[in-house]
Amino acid sequence: MAEDQGDIAVDIDHVTKRYGDFTALADVSLAIRSNEFFTLLGPSGCGKTTLLRCIAGFEDITLGAIRLYGDNIVDLPPNKRPVNTVFQQYALFPHMDVTRNVMFGLLRLGQSEAAARKRAGEVLDLVQLTQFADRLPAQLSGGQQQRVALARALAPNPKVLLLDEPLSALDLKLRQAVRLELQQIQQETGITFIFVTHDQEEALTMSDRIAVISDGRLQQIGTARDIYEEPDNKFVADFIGETNLIDVTVAGIDNGQATCTLPGGNHFTCPAAQGAHSGRGHLSVRPERVSLSDPAQGLLTGTVSRLIYLGTDMHVDITLTDGEVVTARVQNSAGTRIPAMGETIGLNFEAGAARLLID
Amino acid sequence: MARKPDLRRFPGFLAVTLLCLFLLYAPLVIVAIYSFNDSPSITLWGGVSLRWYEDVFWGLEADKFKRAAINSLTIAAAAATTATVIATMAATAMLRAGQFRGRSFSFGLISLPLMVPEIVTAVATLIFFSAIGFQTGILSILIAHIVFCIPFAYLPIAARMEGIEDVYEQAAQDLYATKWQAFRLILLPLMTPGIVSGFLLAFIISLDDFIITNFVKGAGVETLPTAIFGAVKQGIKPNIMAISTLLLMVSITFVTLSYFAGRMGQNRKSNPTGET
Amino acid sequence: MAGLGPTGGRAARTYAGRGPLLILPAWVIIGIFLVLPILIMATYSFLTKEFRGGVIWEPTLAAYDQFFFDRGLFGDEQPKIEWTYILIFWRSIWQAGLATLLCLLIGFPTAWFIATRPAHSRTVWLFLITVPYWVNLLIRTISMKFLIRDNGPMNQWLLNAGLIDEPIHIINTNLAVQLGLFYSYLPFMVLPIYAAVERYNFALSEAAADLYASRWVTLTQVIIPVVKPGIIAGCILVFVPSLGAFLAPDLLGGAKNFMIGSLIEEQFKGAAGNWPFGAAAAMILLSMVLIVLIVYARNQDRESA
Repeated sequence: MAEDQGDIAVDIDHVTKRYGDFTALADVSLAIRSNEFFTLLGPSGCGKTTLLRCIAGFEDITLGAIRLYGDNIVDLPPNKRPVNTVFQQYALFPHMDVTRNVMFGLLRLGQSEAAARKRAGEVLDLVQLTQFADRLPAQLSGGQQQRVALARALAPNPKVLLLDEPLSALDLKLRQAVRLELQQIQQETGITFIFVTHDQEEALTMSDRIAVISDGRLQQIGTARDIYEEPDNKFVADFIGETNLIDVTVAGIDNGQATCTLPGGNHFTCPAAQGAHSGRGHLSVRPERVSLSDPAQGLLTGTVSRLIYLGTDMHVDITLTDGEVVTARVQNSAGTRIPAMGETIGLNFEAGAARLLID
Repeated sequence: MARKPDLRRFPGFLAVTLLCLFLLYAPLVIVAIYSFNDSPSITLWGGVSLRWYEDVFWGLEADKFKRAAINSLTIAAAAATTATVIATMAATAMLRAGQFRGRSFSFGLISLPLMVPEIVTAVATLIFFSAIGFQTGILSILIAHIVFCIPFAYLPIAARMEGIEDVYEQAAQDLYATKWQAFRLILLPLMTPGIVSGFLLAFIISLDDFIITNFVKGAGVETLPTAIFGAVKQGIKPNIMAISTLLLMVSITFVTLSYFAGRMGQNRKSNPTGET
Repeated sequence: MAGLGPTGGRAARTYAGRGPLLILPAWVIIGIFLVLPILIMATYSFLTKEFRGGVIWEPTLAAYDQFFFDRGLFGDEQPKIEWTYILIFWRSIWQAGLATLLCLLIGFPTAWFIATRPAHSRTVWLFLITVPYWVNLLIRTISMKFLIRDNGPMNQWLLNAGLIDEPIHIINTNLAVQLGLFYSYLPFMVLPIYAAVERYNFALSEAAADLYASRWVTLTQVIIPVVKPGIIAGCILVFVPSLGAFLAPDLLGGAKNFMIGSLIEEQFKGAAGNWPFGAAAAMILLSMVLIVLIVYARNQDRESA
């Protein structure tokens, strides 16, 4: 990995964080590349914000190291770390106007008043807030405050920008607009972004790579496509989008391909996550990849137990003979045959649509 | 049309409230009115005049009261300032320094002056100064005042600090401010309303004190309350009413200032994300 | 009280590690100039008195003995219970209790009325209630004395209006002391009750009314039990300072209506000049107050548990 060293902006190296008996982060290791839009995704309380605060320096870590371009920064106080944060509720200084807020970090770094003012002007221009430079934070809308927070954190030109759920306080429409803006700004400035969110849609649309975290543990790292299409375990498969988890018996895994027995006895071969093993296991199959057929031609058979009409789509729940329920999402197009309640029906999916998970 | 009964209203509660306000204000208003009485008798009304105010400032006892007033104001200013500094530090320790040994004990200690009856504090302080052979006078009064001013300064300061999220200091540190800069540039300005409020309350409490001052003042040193008390022992005279009215004005001015300082803080704290 | 509870959420840690240093001045000042003096006072209460103030460093229980027992003029008779001082204490408790009751009777409806006003006018009402408290206690007491004197403005007006034939005699009675205490500490009753009523969920009143409760039943069966913590806090905040009050009994009560405060003051400032006895009386007062506060704190702990 030595030749990659220069490319790694933040190296989280076996980091553990405990509060008394509670383990907030358990041996988390991940490497964030330079100029990357990297997202920490997970449900609330999973440890993603704790990890961000450890990088910023607001929390001490119990074990491990955090390296910024190769230098271990765990012993530096927050004000000595060349990273800046966009806080969840922005934390704009209420007694300072927008310009003063943006200048704050520059002045602390020893820039002259004039230089700081000039730089603040540039950054405010970047976030299109020039005409609000003299306002107090309380006189701005939520979206504007969000951009001031961004400008303030960008102004000192940090090596890494940390964003702690910065969109969560905005309403839906604004959130979608700001997503694009954030991506653009990231590309323009070339600064490494570490973005924390619990919103999978946000994560999938914006990020170069995503780390899924749950219960203080790193579950999977990959691009949006990797994580959605090739989840490693039940948590990731279930947390990102919807999925069917089908109980199977795995006969063996060879060259990443698992041979398993489906409920009902059919044999099936599909890709396996690295680390999956023989014995009992679970297949993940997305509902939209499940197709309906005659019972005789189905990999699985069952009876239709629920139909939910969703406009463009139809959710069909099929109860298998062993009681398991599999959901299929059927497009509501002209040729589609809509099954009836209680009908016995077959289910099919391609080998590439299924994945054996790590149990 | 039958009106929906308002369950919040009880018949007579308004009347009691008005009675309460009447009881609270009537004595003060009466004294203020009689302080403008032209008659040398406190009982008979002899028309409106300012003669007793003239008497306060230029009369026979003017010097005595002037000296007492200067003592009172000096002590109040010094005690309130010291108590405010100590209380601000204490509030920072209690609310910004996480857990440390003796933290919960410190709450008890800071509020102790409020719990011990004043007369007990007075006795204990007098005995203390006598036991260590400390000459009672202005300095002993000042020390005693600082002690009981601390909780009064602490309460509004701590209440204010509790309302300020620590995320502002974190943002400052994230933007390369040292801890001291984060305190001076962020926390302190945000706390100003609480600090002003705390200072003003401590100032009034010090200006008000009679019992403790009376015990530790030593011979010949008077503050306004002890001077007034001494004068009243020989009966209420019209000039006392004039002094009382003046002091009343000072108190009300200070409380009003403190009230608006607190309000100013509230307005700043509420953060309307208005559309623009 | 704001800022006094060490609990509540995650403690901010910006200045973690500096806590002891920052709290030190408060510790030093209160420790040296209040805690230490109280300890010395406790010691003094066990020393021998010197005439004209001061003490002789010889341990004795004489002060407490004098408080509770009568051994005759020369101290050689069979000890009998000495009622003088016990009665003064008893009267203080009684007076403080009646003053507390008076504050409650007027303070509860007032607090209720204020708490049910629209939010913006509430602060104004509260302000009006608290302003007199910040006026010098001495001046308030003098004003009360002036108002209720036999030939004071109140009696004059009532006489002139023909409502009474002779002045109502209030000054130098128990009632005058109670009025003075009421006047001194009323806001202490109103504020905690107000805080409790403000948190009261009025859906409870609606539920009671829905279940056929009259207004009175709702008040006694639902409202008062729910806001009881505020009522108890208010009563303690009035009772405790009333117990050791000095100005109201001294200026309004006259010589007959002596309370603990005056008894203690006598020993140091007055003719009695018996420091150990004064210290002992102060210790007894302090113990009574601490007992009230400890019982209160215990009850609170039990209720929150």
